[in-house]
Amino acid sequence: MGVVFERPKSLTQQKFHYCPGCHHGIIHRLVAEVLDELGLQDRTIAIASVGCSVFAYDYFDVDAIQAAHGRAPAVATGVKRSRPESIVFTYQGDGDLASIGAAEIIHAAARGENITVIFVNNAIYGMTGGQMAPTTLVGQETTTSPQGRNPKNAGYPIRMSEMLATLPGASYIARTSVHDPKHVRETKKAIKEAFQVQVEGKGFSLVEVLSACPTNWHMTPVESLEWIKNEMIAYYPLGKFKSAEEAK
Amino acid sequence: MLKQMILAGFGGQGVMSMGQLLAYGGMLEGKEVAWIPSYGPEMRGGTANCSVTISTAPISSPLVTEPDIVVAMNRPSLDKFEPMLKPGGILFINSSLIDRPARRTDITVYYVPVNEKAGILGESRVANMVMLGALLQAEPVIKPLSVMESLKKVLPENKHHLLPLNAQALAMGAEVVKEKSNKKTVCNVG
Amino acid sequence: MSKVLMKGNEAIGEAAIKAGCRYFFGYPITPQSELPEYLSRRLPQVGGVYLQAESEVAAINMVYGAASTGARVMTSSSSPGISLKQEGISYLAGSELPCVIVNIMRGGPGLGGIQPSQSDYFQATKGGGHGDYRLLVLAPASVQEIVDLVKEGFDLAEKYRIPVMILGDGILGQMMEPVDLGSETTLEAGEKPWAVTGKMGRTKNIINSLYLDPEKLEKHNRHLEKKYLEIKAKETRSELYQTSDAEIVVAAYGMIARVAKAAVDMAREEGIRAGVFRPITLWPYPEKELNQAAAQAKAVLTVEMSLGQMVEDVRLSLNGRLPVEFYGRVGGMVPTARAVYEEIKRLAKTYGEVK
Repeated sequence: MGVVFERPKSLTQQKFHYCPGCHHGIIHRLVAEVLDELGLQDRTIAIASVGCSVFAYDYFDVDAIQAAHGRAPAVATGVKRSRPESIVFTYQGDGDLASIGAAEIIHAAARGENITVIFVNNAIYGMTGGQMAPTTLVGQETTTSPQGRNPKNAGYPIRMSEMLATLPGASYIARTSVHDPKHVRETKKAIKEAFQVQVEGKGFSLVEVLSACPTNWHMTPVESLEWIKNEMIAYYPLGKFKSAEEAK
Repeated sequence: MLKQMILAGFGGQGVMSMGQLLAYGGMLEGKEVAWIPSYGPEMRGGTANCSVTISTAPISSPLVTEPDIVVAMNRPSLDKFEPMLKPGGILFINSSLIDRPARRTDITVYYVPVNEKAGILGESRVANMVMLGALLQAEPVIKPLSVMESLKKVLPENKHHLLPLNAQALAMGAEVVKEKSNKKTVCNVG
Repeated sequence: MSKVLMKGNEAIGEAAIKAGCRYFFGYPITPQSELPEYLSRRLPQVGGVYLQAESEVAAINMVYGAASTGARVMTSSSSPGISLKQEGISYLAGSELPCVIVNIMRGGPGLGGIQPSQSDYFQATKGGGHGDYRLLVLAPASVQEIVDLVKEGFDLAEKYRIPVMILGDGILGQMMEPVDLGSETTLEAGEKPWAVTGKMGRTKNIINSLYLDPEKLEKHNRHLEKKYLEIKAKETRSELYQTSDAEIVVAAYGMIARVAKAAVDMAREEGIRAGVFRPITLWPYPEKELNQAAAQAKAVLTVEMSLGQMVEDVRLSLNGRLPVEFYGRVGGMVPTARAVYEEIKRLAKTYGEVK
């Protein structure tokens, strides 16, 4: 009987440190499966950011760089410009990408950098213990918005994918979710398309993945899945905002 | 030989290139040279100046605070740099545009109407070359020929037809200095 | 090879190309913009990449990325921009990445001015960013020395896997002097086994400065310390001018050392035995060389375009052996040779044998 399930080659043997119900593990695996399927492991350089996924460099079995908070797209730019033959991706959370790194992600997209960005949006700062993120929903309680995010004080959550899709330099922008198996499969498809865009030299690609943080949301993993489905997707609609074909 | 100069005027009068030609020519003669520009917003519209040092020995400091030579292409430059001249130094005044005589009495002054002279040649942009010709006649820090050599290297090929005009301008400036009436060792010109 | 007349800023660019640097990431700021302008023209001609970043923060992180792949890479800025780069510089130091960072200093603090200054000495030599780290800091005093030190800077950066800073000022950047650009460096391939290039069958490489386990971070800090001590022992550079019999030694770096030389010439004409000690490496500071230069000295005068920064290293090096006095101009004002000469004369009267 043949092997029906195994660890992707592009993941190391290292055990994930993520909390129960956290989706980083699934998303790591999807990225690794895609790298395996496209035969990219040997020429891939991963850029880990600051956040819960800071140790991504330990989990992916590819050459890797740990970047300063928010700066991964700039680091990726330096890598890709000096080694255009490499496949370069950043793995960033919503605090990293949408707050402190907003300038870097916008300009990497505007330049049409031929890199792939995996953007994990869980609407909260996970690593530092559940503070309000730029993507925290209105009314959502966090340790720094204990009465719920009040837009009069804290403004509104940013829809990064929609914003980035307006840039002519961006070639592929999609938002997916991993709250059920169907959406996990769709996420993998999007990640694969994003890497293919890079392989074909078509420019900047980004997949925003809505994901759960049960620990800081103070929910059970199952409640978290419901919350993504009912609350997050309502504000952050899924879909492809830009595909390589329509990119100019 | 160590000569330090400040060349000053407003933007567009060609004081920067005048200084660069001196430095370039000095280098071609195997001398030690340095050129330092003023920089910043003053370059855009206000007064611009550059310092040039030409020496037969290594230059310790290329910063010019007590110049041997000052070229003033406009009035603000004269007001600013005349007081800095070394006693016994040489001051060149663009008498086409400057309405006052020199105030110092311990220096040599040449009044050179560079814009009028350039007008005779039909090209106002060589006014700086007229002044350079005057400077080199009064104080031959480098040979006029070296200036022409530098111009050849600095100008792109398609501008080489302008070389004779520049040579004429240099010669015209030298003539002004040769005429004794334009030189004042003691300032008394009204 | 014949000499060419070049601006300091442009000479930095050409020297980098001669040193095999093919990648430059920067952001415009006066008074160093001629350097990115020059490289935006030249790098594509030699198959390199010039990229104007969205900010100094992004530029230094692009340097971090390119350096991670083993590429020879450079960035440049002036004081306020260098402050913005400090985060990235700390990461470069922590991850032991070689690169060259140019600071053409202007007056501060804050937006300050655009005229020359030496007020970033502390920032360059004592840290600047967070954490226990050093940069190798080189301070040229002429356009020719810029070329020589930029080339050497790249070699030192790679030899020790350390970011190297070229510290100049606005005058040096703007000044034109004749320069011999020398020959092109030939780079040997495959001498950076640590670089991230795609793993290609080997075990993966990681560029990282994160060590959450304090024992591991201490080990990393000790490793860096060992490297810094080695650099201190081997890589100090300085120039001595008329110091063998000098009663008054003037300590100054960069352009101001040349002003000091002119002042010493004036003093010598008046029979005052003065000399100049010019550190070329500001970190490591040439302590031994300063003590040798001041062997016959009665006092040391430090001259800077700052309120007194390098003077602290002069005092530390001499360790109380000699009186150390300070003369500085700030805000973009430059000390004149005459003013420095007057200070030398004053010190000679106060401390010298010949009164």
